[in-house]
Amino acid sequence: MSYFFADLPEYTAMILFGIGLSILMLAKNLVKKIIGLNIMDTSVFLFLAAKGYVENTVAPIVTPEELGHIDSALYSNPVPAGLVLTGIVVSVSVTAVLLSLVVRLNEEFHTLDIDEIIHILRKRDREDLK
Amino acid sequence: MNFAVNIPALSILLLMLSGIVCLVLPARGARHVADCAIALVCAMSAVLLFAFVRGQEVFTYSMGEIGAPFGNELRAGPLEAAVATLFSVVTLLSILGGRAHLRTDIGKKKVNLYYISVLFLLCSMLALVYTNDLFTAYVFVEINTITACGIVMSKEDGYTLAASMRYFIMSLIGSGLFLIAVSILYALTGHLLMSDIQAELAALYAQGLYRAPLQVAIALMGVGLSLKSALWPFSSWLPDAHSSASASSSAMLSGLVLKSFIFLLVKVFYRVVGVGIIRTHAILDLLLVFGILGMIMGSVNALFERDIKRLLAYSSIGQIGYIFCGIGLGTVAGVAAGLVQVAVHACTKAMLFCAAGGLMDASGGSKKFKDLEGAGRRDTYAGVAFIVGTLSMIGIPFFGGFITKLSLVTASVEVGGWRSTLAIAAIILSTILTAIYYINVLAIIFRADEQTPTSAREKLREQWNKQMRLDTEYEFAIVLFIILNLAIGLQSDRLMDVIRTGLSMFG
Repeated sequence: MSYFFADLPEYTAMILFGIGLSILMLAKNLVKKIIGLNIMDTSVFLFLAAKGYVENTVAPIVTPEELGHIDSALYSNPVPAGLVLTGIVVSVSVTAVLLSLVVRLNEEFHTLDIDEIIHILRKRDREDLK
Repeated sequence: MNFAVNIPALSILLLMLSGIVCLVLPARGARHVADCAIALVCAMSAVLLFAFVRGQEVFTYSMGEIGAPFGNELRAGPLEAAVATLFSVVTLLSILGGRAHLRTDIGKKKVNLYYISVLFLLCSMLALVYTNDLFTAYVFVEINTITACGIVMSKEDGYTLAASMRYFIMSLIGSGLFLIAVSILYALTGHLLMSDIQAELAALYAQGLYRAPLQVAIALMGVGLSLKSALWPFSSWLPDAHSSASASSSAMLSGLVLKSFIFLLVKVFYRVVGVGIIRTHAILDLLLVFGILGMIMGSVNALFERDIKRLLAYSSIGQIGYIFCGIGLGTVAGVAAGLVQVAVHACTKAMLFCAAGGLMDASGGSKKFKDLEGAGRRDTYAGVAFIVGTLSMIGIPFFGGFITKLSLVTASVEVGGWRSTLAIAAIILSTILTAIYYINVLAIIFRADEQTPTSAREKLREQWNKQMRLDTEYEFAIVLFIILNLAIGLQSDRLMDVIRTGLSMFG
């Protein structure tokens, strides 16, 4: 049981990733799809942050006085935090582009349902053929 | 220190910088900046390739001279230089070839934004080619996604918006899977640089540790990247996105964007996971089987298509199948055949999409077969381009397609067993299907249009002649594309040499 709790953040991250991926693939509403995407990305950040966290350590910020004599075992790994930051930036920009695309789609088709949009397009196609 | 080692970083930074500059420029200025920047990158990549041919060693370039594990590295060898040259040349020609459509499809006010997308797209593709760092690769995969969708949705009608939404969602699923795979690899090895991960994974594998997470990571990488490069069962988004976009966008998407992810996949397999582990791995067989299915299904779908751009898009799915078939064979010869197909298909399909744009102009903007009758006679440049493209796609000797098929068959004979039987049967079948639908297109665009009443025909011709005077860029691009295709076909030995030496230095 203790084994399970030690890896709890990783398990949670994987479950959240599954939830996010299923929403992204299966939801019909475009806004819900975007929410799914955000859950998926956030779960990866949780995974990375959990990897960077080492118990009983502090953030790797070193003052000039400490510079000569550092015990690296006292500090947690800074790279995953950097990765999470980069990932958040990427995720925010992707979300922004997607939301603007949804706004344009809504102006064009007056709906947020992807199936309905495809249906409308098929109907237009059929009218074109006539 | 010689100058050539700076070229990868310089070309990526130059493209980024000129993309940012385009933001504040008017349409005309943005156009000149984009042309100059891309042409300069072409020249620099060619210089780098030439340096490698003359005996330059493979090098890694650490950004800001901060070493591993915190720094960020670029790595270049003959293969990377060749692929970078190919990507930048085809991008330049695609923009020239589709420029006339940008005016009508996007509008003058937004054209500078289109050039930003193109510059960043090329920048991200070159970064994917050169980078030695997996997380950097992820960031540029996302930039690639955004800009690729950007150049699709820039033609803002209902079709493109819906198509780019589907494209975006599929791409994001792909990059999400890629990201989680990168995280797992980082958790396993503690490294992000490709060469370090490879060393660490080899050690872990030898001890028999962490086999299951490694399997998961490889599978996620494979699925994620094949989603983005439209391997057959994941290719449902491709025909809409590629056919509804503007001519030069379609050319770049079909010719290059898919290939950049395939190149990344090859890099992941051979530089991150390592030859020793991947050769025995089941994912190669999966890619082989799906590649073969893609070769056939893409051609079958194209056979029933009555819309020229959708036909070309389905044909892309089939041609991507060839590349995956080569990669799936798992031998050096197989991967080399796949990479030759990357080069051949990039040139041919980009040319065909530009020419399809010309054919559409010559028939009043329609892309349906019934309106395209005789279009190849009205626009002779596009007609000749279609003949060259058809010959290359079918695989007639002296054209690029022949080299691909020859090397693919040779590679699969070397492998032997069920793989070789399956691959050769599929190549034969798909070649026949390809010949049928491409020759059908030729028959339509060169049909003497007797059904159309004379007055309508004259009107089309007049309209076309008016446009012709404006558009020397398009003719120039098509002629260069044709020369490029012939050059690849005739100089295939040199191409193979570069790819072989590049692959041998890849590990």
